[in-house]
Amino acid sequence: MSAVAESIVTASRLIVGADPALVRTVALSFAVSGSACLGAAWIGLLAGAWLAVARFAGRRVVLLALDTLLALPSVVVGLVVYLGLSRSGPLGAWGLLFTPTAMVLAQTILVVPIVAALSRQVVADALRDGGDQLRSMGAGRFLSALLMLVHERWAVVTLLLIAFGRAISEVGAVMVVGGNIDGVTRVMTTAIALETSKGDLPLALALGIVLLAVVALVNVAVALIPHGRGATAMEPR
Amino acid sequence: MAMPPSDRPALLSLRDASVRFGDVHAVRGATLRIDAGETVAIVGANGSGKTTLLRLLHGVVAHSGSRLAASPGAARQAMVFQRPFLLRLTVRNNLRLALWLADGHLPARERNARVEDALRRVGLQALRDRSARALSGGEQQRLALARSWAVRPAILFLDEPTANLDPSAKKEVEALLASFAADGMTLVMTTHNLGQAKRLAARVVYMDGGRIDADLPTPEFFARGLGDRAGLFLKGDLSWTTD
Repeated sequence: MSAVAESIVTASRLIVGADPALVRTVALSFAVSGSACLGAAWIGLLAGAWLAVARFAGRRVVLLALDTLLALPSVVVGLVVYLGLSRSGPLGAWGLLFTPTAMVLAQTILVVPIVAALSRQVVADALRDGGDQLRSMGAGRFLSALLMLVHERWAVVTLLLIAFGRAISEVGAVMVVGGNIDGVTRVMTTAIALETSKGDLPLALALGIVLLAVVALVNVAVALIPHGRGATAMEPR
Repeated sequence: MAMPPSDRPALLSLRDASVRFGDVHAVRGATLRIDAGETVAIVGANGSGKTTLLRLLHGVVAHSGSRLAASPGAARQAMVFQRPFLLRLTVRNNLRLALWLADGHLPARERNARVEDALRRVGLQALRDRSARALSGGEQQRLALARSWAVRPAILFLDEPTANLDPSAKKEVEALLASFAADGMTLVMTTHNLGQAKRLAARVVYMDGGRIDADLPTPEFFARGLGDRAGLFLKGDLSWTTD
């Protein structure tokens, strides 16, 4: 049996047997990325709704910056958060570096622009359709935007799933601020990187299969969203 | 050609009001008074400024000149747009939302009672838990009317309320509008349908090139020999490319 085939068999055994190290790593990955997406949903959806209706000098620059942040490299986010949380940084006293909280913070920063930019567009498109009606009924601009988030809730779920997919599959930020400490801050992506470098292919492969399955599930969930009844196509501006 | 003065209280009045969109003068120097309890049809060719005049009366477009409305309590307004926008909520929740937006202090019991009243009024009780977006065009228009009626407006503005409906749905909506008018609600509507204007309105405002060209009681509007362009419009010979 080839090394790869042997690794796949061992990986399958680890998954089927619910290997404790594997389960712990997967569980932490979900906890960190789930929390980050929850935080990003609050911040990003409110910011997106506000940006859809706010009129201020420099708005175009802010929107351009937001679009640029969509392609934010995760290691850069990790570096910025590291500098902020390191002992000599402004938030060093909190002692958060190399904790799951730091990882949540980094991933939140990473996905907030995704949630904000996409939700801004969803709300702006919906307001073009029904904004006059809502304002005629007495809703202010921001309230109209918030109501459009409810109206386009399936599109919102879709963009949150996209954000979750981005968070759970990134490695740079969590590696820098989490440190990949076994049992404390080791998540799927950092474990795969480490185990591969150590030559422990079965565990890396098992984690890779789980990660791939998670991403596939997210994609299936996005595909199952009832677009006809709810989602707005997110077309380029 | 203008209406003679009325004894009824004015709910809204425009004096020399104009609306511009960039270089386009959508409404020019409109002077108009809407009295309590009347039904007014605004007619004219495409691009004549009917919808903009309606929005100007509703107070949702920036304008020059003056627009005076009775106190907000005395003249609550609602508008039904040509393509009614309904949220992806149930029929009942669309109505609840409208009432919440109109008066956030309305007790829940009264809000629910008004929702049921409105559903009964437009015959949508059986569809109260259905998604509003799943209704037919005629049902959606009836729901839009119910949503407006539920907030008890003194004036209801309607932009081409039957433009996209089949004859049967058109008839239902016209019957509802007639019943609203019979209850004393002031209706101001734009329409391309001269028959509808004749059937529903007591007064017709004719617009041409952004100006109010005629403002007459309905029988007089249709009987009297109007100016060249209004006459052509009535005969259906006015080109849509207004010059």
